[in-house]
Amino acid sequence: MIIIGCALVTMIPRVIPFLVVRNLNLPAPVLKWLSYIPVCILTALVVDNFLIQEGHSLHIDWKVIIVLIPTFLIAIKTRSLSITVIAGVVMMAAVRYFFSVFFS
Amino acid sequence: MSNVQTVHQHSGCNNENHGKVQIEQSGYSLQPPEEPGCDEAEEHKEATFADGVKDGIPTLLGYISIGLAAGIVGAASHLSVLEMGIMSLLVYAGAAQFIICGMLAVHAPASAIILTTFIVNLRNFLLSATLAPHFTRYSLLRNVGIGLLVTDESFGVAASRIAQGKPLNDHWMNGLNLIAYFSWVVSCVVGALFGSWIADPEQFGMDYALTAMFVALLVLQLGHLVPAKLKHYLRLMVYMVIAMLLLSLIVSSQLAVIIATVIVATIGVVTEK
Repeated sequence: MIIIGCALVTMIPRVIPFLVVRNLNLPAPVLKWLSYIPVCILTALVVDNFLIQEGHSLHIDWKVIIVLIPTFLIAIKTRSLSITVIAGVVMMAAVRYFFSVFFS
Repeated sequence: MSNVQTVHQHSGCNNENHGKVQIEQSGYSLQPPEEPGCDEAEEHKEATFADGVKDGIPTLLGYISIGLAAGIVGAASHLSVLEMGIMSLLVYAGAAQFIICGMLAVHAPASAIILTTFIVNLRNFLLSATLAPHFTRYSLLRNVGIGLLVTDESFGVAASRIAQGKPLNDHWMNGLNLIAYFSWVVSCVVGALFGSWIADPEQFGMDYALTAMFVALLVLQLGHLVPAKLKHYLRLMVYMVIAMLLLSLIVSSQLAVIIATVIVATIGVVTEK
């Protein structure tokens, strides 16, 4: 039951835009607004990954920030999804290992 | 990423022309619209289902690692393998499934679980709204089919194709979506099966696959901009970071993602020269 309910509330926001857009021509400012969504939301998702919310306090995961910098550089240099992802995972594992050895 | 086109060449150009005209009417392409014509259609060979699958492959490590983790968490929350399989088939959402498992484990009421899932996945509204104008030429059923399977990752790959000024089509999008869907469901089930056997996946840095992918998708987005526009976008990214930090103090980070995006995209339109 819970799964079905959750499935429905997940499907609704996914599908509605596809249904609505068919029946009306979006005005230019809306289309322009939509063109900013990819960069904004991807930035938000990256930021979300180094924020740790605990009750009412907010922490920053510095390990993620340390790895983010070389990840950006590799992404800019290679322009490759696969290389960036693999390099990122390896660097994250290395940083976590380093922290666990020296800071615990 | 680069060899998205090719595979089969059409001899006639009528169908493709039709598609192109529709795309330009949407007025959304970041590139200046090109004149519709037979030559143009020949240049932009329609991307196929196989191309979509190929473009989806770089994102799979993200799905597999998070899917395995979601399966493990599900097993830890006493969900059966079947329940986990059904959940990933029907809900098909990474963050939401973690939260559902977590809330089920603490016996949260169904209404709270469903409401939280709704908030976490509201983000998909923005993703679908951005992609939908590119698919208006297809049938209602096809649009529903594409919409149901849009994720952060498939959206990111599709958006970078848009940023490159290449047209989107249904076969390509379905290839991209289905390879992701398949990998997600399989890895969730495998994760649930081996739940107790696999040690903490965070230990290996696997959870960072997703972050790294968002970084790469972001860079691909920005890579297609002229310098003046790039400056504008970089400024917006700084606003995004500030907005996320401030909003995360007040609301859940999932809600912060949506609110920050809405605010900063609006700033983007207003401050555009």
